[in-house]
Amino acid sequence: MHNARDNILNRLRRQRPEFPPQDEPASMDEGNETTLQQRIEAFTEKLRSVRAEVHLTTEQDWCHKLQELCRKKELDNLLYGNQGPLAEAMEKHWNSDDSTPRLVTLNETIESWKEPLFNDIAAAVTSVRTGIAQVGTLVLWPTLEEPRTYSLVPPVHFAVLHADKLYNTFAEVVEEEAWQEGMPTNALLISGPSKSADIEQTLSYGVHGPTELVALLVS
Amino acid sequence: MQTASDFRQRSEEALGNPQIRRNFRFAMDGLMAKRRAGLSDPREREQLRTQCAGIRVNALSKLPELLEQLEGNCTRNGIQVHWAESVDEANNIVLEIMRQHDATRMIKGKSMVSEEMELNHFLEDHDIECLESDLGEYIVQLAGETPSHIIAPAIHKNRHEIAELFRQKFPDIPFEEDPEKLARSAREILREKFYKADVGLSGVNFAVAETGTLCLVENEGNGRMCTTVPPVHIAVTGIEKVVEQLSDIPPLLNLLVRSATGQHISTYFNMISSPRKPGEKDGPQEVHLVLPDNERSRIYEDDELINTLRCIRCGACMNHCPVYGRIGGHAYGSTIPGPIGSVVEPQKIGLDTLGELPTASTLCGACGEVCPVRIPLPDLLNRLRYEGVRNNNDGKVKGQSEQRKGTEAWIWKSWSWLHVQPMLYRLAMRTATRLRSLMPRKLGPWTDVRRPPRIAARTLHELAREKGFDNA
Ligand code: SF4
Repeated sequence: MHNARDNILNRLRRQRPEFPPQDEPASMDEGNETTLQQRIEAFTEKLRSVRAEVHLTTEQDWCHKLQELCRKKELDNLLYGNQGPLAEAMEKHWNSDDSTPRLVTLNETIESWKEPLFNDIAAAVTSVRTGIAQVGTLVLWPTLEEPRTYSLVPPVHFAVLHADKLYNTFAEVVEEEAWQEGMPTNALLISGPSKSADIEQTLSYGVHGPTELVALLVS
Repeated sequence: MQTASDFRQRSEEALGNPQIRRNFRFAMDGLMAKRRAGLSDPREREQLRTQCAGIRVNALSKLPELLEQLEGNCTRNGIQVHWAESVDEANNIVLEIMRQHDATRMIKGKSMVSEEMELNHFLEDHDIECLESDLGEYIVQLAGETPSHIIAPAIHKNRHEIAELFRQKFPDIPFEEDPEKLARSAREILREKFYKADVGLSGVNFAVAETGTLCLVENEGNGRMCTTVPPVHIAVTGIEKVVEQLSDIPPLLNLLVRSATGQHISTYFNMISSPRKPGEKDGPQEVHLVLPDNERSRIYEDDELINTLRCIRCGACMNHCPVYGRIGGHAYGSTIPGPIGSVVEPQKIGLDTLGELPTASTLCGACGEVCPVRIPLPDLLNRLRYEGVRNNNDGKVKGQSEQRKGTEAWIWKSWSWLHVQPMLYRLAMRTATRLRSLMPRKLGPWTDVRRPPRIAARTLHELAREKGFDNA
């Protein structure tokens, strides 16, 4: 369809559009610095407001918390990336304790594990790249070790976020991490369990994505 | 093809249907209240609107360059870019991709451009199952209808009607009227479809030229499913959706979501920059971007109407429109309803068939006031009214001057002539006041629902003279 391309671009080039000068947006003195504590509080409040769970925990304790939550929710198994950043701590903890729920890992590509992913996996845990305090958002760049579907298909998603990685706004994340220099295959902002308001504008949780989102905020 | 009289008839039907009236009133009141609460600081809101308008204007002013940059970056990232001049071409591109993969099952995320293409019908005619997965779109598809709102497609139905629909279509599922339980039923039904689909299709909210990134805003996760699980992902979006750089995205996302639903952010913001890379374990192996023009490049040529293309499809203009709120989305008979629909659709389809839409407005100004990218919607509606009745064919809008009626034109010509003849004007006014009792009681549709206007006993000039204004 090369003709279509050239025809469209030629039409767009026939005449330069002229816009009246646009107003400059007034500056919003957004630079009001926040403390880590304020960011943690804002993040927690916003994320909880959309029916997500947020648990404050520590470097020593998060595996224990994760396991405890899995048991409370009576999950039979938990999917994790055995080469991912959470693996070492989790394996150590699971080995030292009794080992429920069963830890599951999926090797090869989705073609070989789509079936169990859709039918057998009760929950998945992934790491989180950063968070956005003002809107209660988890920022994920899924990796080879923790693929995209882990945070999507299983009914429960546990997300482990280090509190010192909390930014205030999305604009700050993009700027300070210089995203324009190289985007991953998929970058994701996740702010709560899946939901819909398509029936009578009434919020219903758990539509196509995870029905539960549990954030473990490690500090 | 819709005609003007269809519009009147459909409006009348909608106005006479108390259920539709109640459903829309309830939904619109809710959406307006949510936006008000979500954007309660006027200083911040206006600042963001100015910023977002600036971003969209900047992108449109460099559109051909940005499209080339987007194409270059997408291609480098492994996304295959296809251009289509018309919806036919776009449909055939999609079909060709399906055929290359012997694909017979498509699962769709929300995409207004695919509605514009009438892609579902087209593919079904070629024996391809084409299933909507956004809950609202799914409901509308089950009912054999079209969306009545761009953000909330099934807003014209209430929970009882939806429950009834599910009962008819899925007699084995226990009857439920609770929205959350209905949503869970849809989840169960559609899971298998995501699992089995050969191709996933989605729209795009913003395409970033700088990095070749496709951004999707959604709450349900069906968009992520469609773009992640099937082996092939096809994204379709109009050529106007491109923005220059990644840093344009945070303000646009912020204001889009808050204008649409008052949420502080959507559940998911999905940014796709490439198909599955070597070593990655999931994601589609192919990603295609289809870019239909379908009249956009013609809209682009007019320095006023080009503003139509700024739209980020938040739906706020329809939520706040007193006409939309009463007649609902289906009465418009166009893919996109409401004020922006009345502006964009006649430019695409032609003023000859949709020329009445720009008149479906009281010009109260609410749409222009809430638009997050400051599109001067009332001005554009007025402009299209003019294009519809202009007395020559020197304009560029399709179907121009087709709404012009001889008698109406004659009345207005006489009216303006009379107003520049002082003697005659006074005589005419005097006569009218003296003969006021002869005024007919029925004045077309106006008096169907209103009392006829009454002419005063004396003219304004006479009254003024009595009060001592000697130059009256
Ligand atoms: S015209 Fe403005 S208010 Fe209406 S849908 Fe588009 S962006 Fe939203």
